Amino acid sequence: MIEFLGVSKSFGDAAAVRDLSLSIERGEFTVLIGGSGSGKSTTLKMINRLIEHDAGRILFQGQEIRSFKPEDIRRRMGYAIQSTGLFPHWTVAQNIATVPQLLKWPAARIAQRVAELLGLLGLPPDQYQGRYPHQLSGGQQQRVGVARALAADPEVLLMDEPFGALDPITRGALQQEMARIHRASGKTIVLVTHDIDEALGLATRIVLLDQGRIVQAGTPTELLRRPANDFVRDFLGRGEIGIKLLGLETVAARVRPNELAEGEPIAATMSLRDALSVFVARSVERLPVVDAQGRPLGTLYFADLLRSAV
Amino acid sequence: MVRLLRQPLPWALAALLALTWGMPLLKPLFAAAFPALDRPLYEQDTFAQLVWAHLQIVGLSSGIAVLLGVSAGLFVTRQAGREFRPLVETLVAMGQTFPPVAVLAVAAPLIGFGEAPALIALTLYGLLPIVRNTIAGIEAVPASAHEAAEGLGMSSWQRLRQVELPLALPVMLAGIRTSVIINIGTAAIASTVGAKSLGSPIIVGLSGYNTAYVIQGAMLVGLLAIVADLGFSALARWVSRWRMSEAG
Amino acid sequence: MSVDLRPANRVLLVFVLAGLVAALSLAFLTQAPNRLVSGVGVPLRTLLHGANWALVLGPFALLALAVFRQSSVATQGLVTAAAATLLAVLVWLAGAHAKQMADAAEAAGNSAGRTSFGGGFWVWTVLCWLAAADAVQRLKLAPLGRTLALAAVLAPVVVLAASGELAALSLFKEYDNRQDVFDAALWRHAQIVGVTLLPTLLLGVPLGVAAHRHPRFGAPLFALLNVIQTVPSIALFGLLMAPLAALALALPALGIGGIGLAPAVIALTLYSLLPIVQSTLTGLREVPAAVVEAATGMGLTPRQVFWRVQVPLALPLLLSGLRLTTVQAIGLAVVAALIGAGGLGAIMFQGLLSSALDLVLLGVLPVVAMAVAVDALFAVLTQWAQRRQP
Repeated sequence: MIEFLGVSKSFGDAAAVRDLSLSIERGEFTVLIGGSGSGKSTTLKMINRLIEHDAGRILFQGQEIRSFKPEDIRRRMGYAIQSTGLFPHWTVAQNIATVPQLLKWPAARIAQRVAELLGLLGLPPDQYQGRYPHQLSGGQQQRVGVARALAADPEVLLMDEPFGALDPITRGALQQEMARIHRASGKTIVLVTHDIDEALGLATRIVLLDQGRIVQAGTPTELLRRPANDFVRDFLGRGEIGIKLLGLETVAARVRPNELAEGEPIAATMSLRDALSVFVARSVERLPVVDAQGRPLGTLYFADLLRSAV
Repeated sequence: MVRLLRQPLPWALAALLALTWGMPLLKPLFAAAFPALDRPLYEQDTFAQLVWAHLQIVGLSSGIAVLLGVSAGLFVTRQAGREFRPLVETLVAMGQTFPPVAVLAVAAPLIGFGEAPALIALTLYGLLPIVRNTIAGIEAVPASAHEAAEGLGMSSWQRLRQVELPLALPVMLAGIRTSVIINIGTAAIASTVGAKSLGSPIIVGLSGYNTAYVIQGAMLVGLLAIVADLGFSALARWVSRWRMSEAG
Repeated sequence: MSVDLRPANRVLLVFVLAGLVAALSLAFLTQAPNRLVSGVGVPLRTLLHGANWALVLGPFALLALAVFRQSSVATQGLVTAAAATLLAVLVWLAGAHAKQMADAAEAAGNSAGRTSFGGGFWVWTVLCWLAAADAVQRLKLAPLGRTLALAAVLAPVVVLAASGELAALSLFKEYDNRQDVFDAALWRHAQIVGVTLLPTLLLGVPLGVAAHRHPRFGAPLFALLNVIQTVPSIALFGLLMAPLAALALALPALGIGGIGLAPAVIALTLYSLLPIVQSTLTGLREVPAAVVEAATGMGLTPRQVFWRVQVPLALPLLLSGLRLTTVQAIGLAVVAALIGAGGLGAIMFQGLLSSALDLVLLGVLPVVAMAVAVDALFAVLTQWAQRRQP
């Protein structure tokens, strides 16, 4: 859907992106990750032409992005940023309606879409439609920001460190929302972050950048199991690679069905990493597993944590 | 209705209107206070005519000043005009060191007497607060709102009209308010160059040692300024109403 | 020297083009046989005989070329120097021409002839000044450096004026004719402003402190001060006349009158209150609560906290309020001339009523110079006061 072919960008004498080639497929959740100055934000902003690339080509749906008017391409892509950039003088509803209004949707369709999105992001429409941004908490503002980005049902959703300014609990909740939205809608999402755990939790594909170049690109499991070099290892948190691998899977994948164990059960949706923590805290080797309704599913053995995924 | 009565604006406006048409009713009062004067009431024009003339001068010059000033302020905050911004700011700073009367005094010998030098002087001097506040207002628009507007796909014209101007409006309005209030005062002195205004009774009174004339003119021009200021205050509150809603 | 044909400095381009238009369409000087008749225009080219061509065209050509050069310290320095030179040359030429005309008139027996500045002169001098100021601004010097550079640009003009080279120009002739009146007016103007400052500070600062200590007092106070500030100056002067005249009749020993210094100082004090009270209040508010708390915690009495902690920290803001007030007062005192207070406004209004631009300028230019000087002085004072702050 989006292709970078040998793209470069410099600001003055400093090269931000060097000869970058990347392919983003439809339906993927691609996370661009790296340290400061790695070029990840620059790369994202070149997609919707907030920054114009110096060399190389960028294709959107097979066409050069330069062949579109910047406004047109941006209206086909959702854009959400860390500081939300909500318009203070517009209500939540008016903010969300920004792009549909630019596209001249009929008022009824806009109103319906606003209500739908507010519901999708966990903000009851009757309560929140008429509020102003300054009346919302940081987490609520960011939800509105995401709703606004999704309003015109764009083909791609671009997000620039959207959860960076939030407290850990709100951040976690919103990350789960994003994962849910991605699963439900199958939208193509490109997200920039510096938080490796966020990347590992959300991405179907991680692109690790350093000094404007791609160091490694692949699924979270690929990066964890076969890091290309020390830089990748360090970025992933050298000493925690194993733990992070456990974080990628849930109990449901390793449970031995039809066996019963004693003690307080754990949910099948719990990650193996959290399960490890429970094993150690209770000093046991077996844990009973239940499903979402509380019905017994089987047992998880401590030793099974080491098994490769079936 | 009761809430309206508790606002100062309706009362000030009522006082202004009452004095404008009712000043002749106070003639006996002035006659008693200044027995030495054989003409205690300014009668060369009706006060209504003077107020109207005053409003015309201020209105016209402020209108032009708003058009020119806002345009100039917008121009230097665009990419194309950025280079000219220090120049504009220098000109504004230079202009501030001139007392408003001075602009009037310099215009008259050059252009002649009458309404023209007054209009030109008032327009020129009125530009300063408007340009300054337009620049300040645009600068105060949060950068994140800019970035979001651009990223969502608004063209620069749409960004200006839908995001920048509405957010800059309160500050711009404050500049227009300052400009208008100063103009009301300077227009009073414009009578010295032959423009008819509420300053006419004051100037005539000063040169003829007729304190009654002076007071009549002073009361009206003072009330006019107060009414204008209160009016702008109400307008400012209305424009900022989104800011006023209770914080969540 | 690389010359790219696209203008690199569009501001300078505007100046150069405006200068060309002015040179061709506006009169540089005006020549009149006496004070009462308006003069005949003297275009710039009349003055450009002999070496004068080079003196004017040299710097001008440099400025025009600089339009196409990329900005650098050398370019901007060159522009500043060229603009300053052009300014000095034009002023000198005006003075020289005036002297020439005066000598010729003298020989012909007519000593009432006047040479005055024309529109072209003003446009050119302002353009030169703006070009120099713009170039200095692009050099991005510290405030002190910037002030010195701009003073250096003006220095030749000041020297020319002081040396008597410009004495034949009508503005300076007017000054000569009225030197004692001018000096008295200048002194009086300074007096009005100076006398105002004392009651302003004595009333304004305590009011500000009171507003800080009793917040509920602040709202009605500011409402009142705002009303006063809104009333036009001439109206306030006018409204004070009657009560003061009555007071003068009742208590002649006070030595005040309905017109003259008393209403002027009272009105100016009233106008000055708002900025002073406002800046005192804000200055005190800006003192971090943590600092006051620490001081109190260390055992300082409230009075010591006030004088040793709050006042020094609030001082810069108070100074900026005082700066605003003084500059405002200098301007308002001009209007006070209408109620007989004297000062430079008297000269200005006299010029206005007799349609003599030179007299008007004789009144206005010193006012502007005073305002600029006071502003600069306070800038230095404020910087000094802020040195002790983080």
